[in-house]
Amino acid sequence: MKKDVKNEFGVFGERPRVEKKLFHAKYIFGGLAVFLVLLLLPVLPNLGKAVPPPQPSLDTAAIQKLKGKDKQCVADTVWMRSYHMQLLGDWREAVVRDGKREVVGLGGKKFNPSLSNTCMECHSNKSQFCDQCHNYVAVTPNCWGCHLEKEKKVTKAEAK
Amino acid sequence: MSIDRREFIRIAGLTTFFGLGGKAAFELLTPGQLEAKMAQEAPKGTRWAMVVDMTKLDADTAKKCVAACHRIHNVPDLNNPVNPKEKVDPEDKVRWEIKWIWADHFHNAFPGFEQPYQQKLDHLPFLLLCNHCENPPCVRVCPTKATFRREDGIVMMDMHRCIGCRYCMAGCPFGARSFNWQDPRPFVKEVFPDYPTREKGVVEKCTFCVERVEKGLMPACVLESKGALLFGDLNSPKSNVRQVLQQSYSIRRKPHLGTNPQVYYIV
Repeated sequence: MKKDVKNEFGVFGERPRVEKKLFHAKYIFGGLAVFLVLLLLPVLPNLGKAVPPPQPSLDTAAIQKLKGKDKQCVADTVWMRSYHMQLLGDWREAVVRDGKREVVGLGGKKFNPSLSNTCMECHSNKSQFCDQCHNYVAVTPNCWGCHLEKEKKVTKAEAK
Repeated sequence: MSIDRREFIRIAGLTTFFGLGGKAAFELLTPGQLEAKMAQEAPKGTRWAMVVDMTKLDADTAKKCVAACHRIHNVPDLNNPVNPKEKVDPEDKVRWEIKWIWADHFHNAFPGFEQPYQQKLDHLPFLLLCNHCENPPCVRVCPTKATFRREDGIVMMDMHRCIGCRYCMAGCPFGARSFNWQDPRPFVKEVFPDYPTREKGVVEKCTFCVERVEKGLMPACVLESKGALLFGDLNSPKSNVRQVLQQSYSIRRKPHLGTNPQVYYIV
């Protein structure tokens, strides 16, 4: 048996062995489980389901009318997919700041650099074309605050 | 060859004494050269300007000019909401009004020029719009360069850059600018599809119909005016505006402020 050590603070002996026990274990583990469920709540409903990739539709009357060589956007499709926002930015600078109202597109074809009057003239289906990818990647471009969509909507019944 | 301090001061003092550094000496030694350097450059390119002939303009035509402009630029009409339920408080209507071109009395258009005996003049509908000043204060104060002066003199707005600080409205002495206190779309009943609307929080004004002028068309108000409004290039001596301004006496709004407005009124 060890001898008790005594100093000016008191007597220190060997600690009595006690059973190791987590107090309030059911509350702690219960709470952790609830926290985990809350944390995963946004993920759980979509678990195992693949979100369908966006499929922007080219099916508009204006595009269908175009034939052969004319059926071509202002630039290459793959390029447009990645850089259309930069193209629109360049067009904006050209028109507003420099007053250039003509740009040369792919194949030497001349275009009026205008979102509403050139892009939306062919891609008149904003909800099927623009919104498809924008929603998928969760971006909300603020073009449409001013620029008109030109999408023919079903007339809503006016509230009176 | 170097020159020391003492020598420099001696030469400088002597030249001053004989007046050789003055303008007169330059005139004597190299006649015409100084004058040429001080003279302003001759105007180049196009300089768009407008002449409003008040002798030809009546109230009905003025109204039509305003309507034509506001229609093709999707300018909101607070009196005519898309949804009749969305009525604007009369007090807010005055504050929130958007106008690119409007008619007003002489004493409002030309303060300080009015006399008590010109009843006829005061009843004329003076069409007021952005003066597209040669020295535009709005451009000077804009912190983002959203408003700028084009080479052809048109003072333009880049709505993409406008942050809605309204410095330009404080700077403009003609009240030609309006601020969008609210989303204008609920007040654009007939949307003109080829021109964008504006958003809440930007300043807008007349652009001299830049989108039409670039296509070679006349501004919308000029077309509606039955010849009362003239639009043309001031830098070209043969242009209609120059011809008219040569023949008739014209006044401009608040010329003493030095902004050099480019809308001329024949009264």
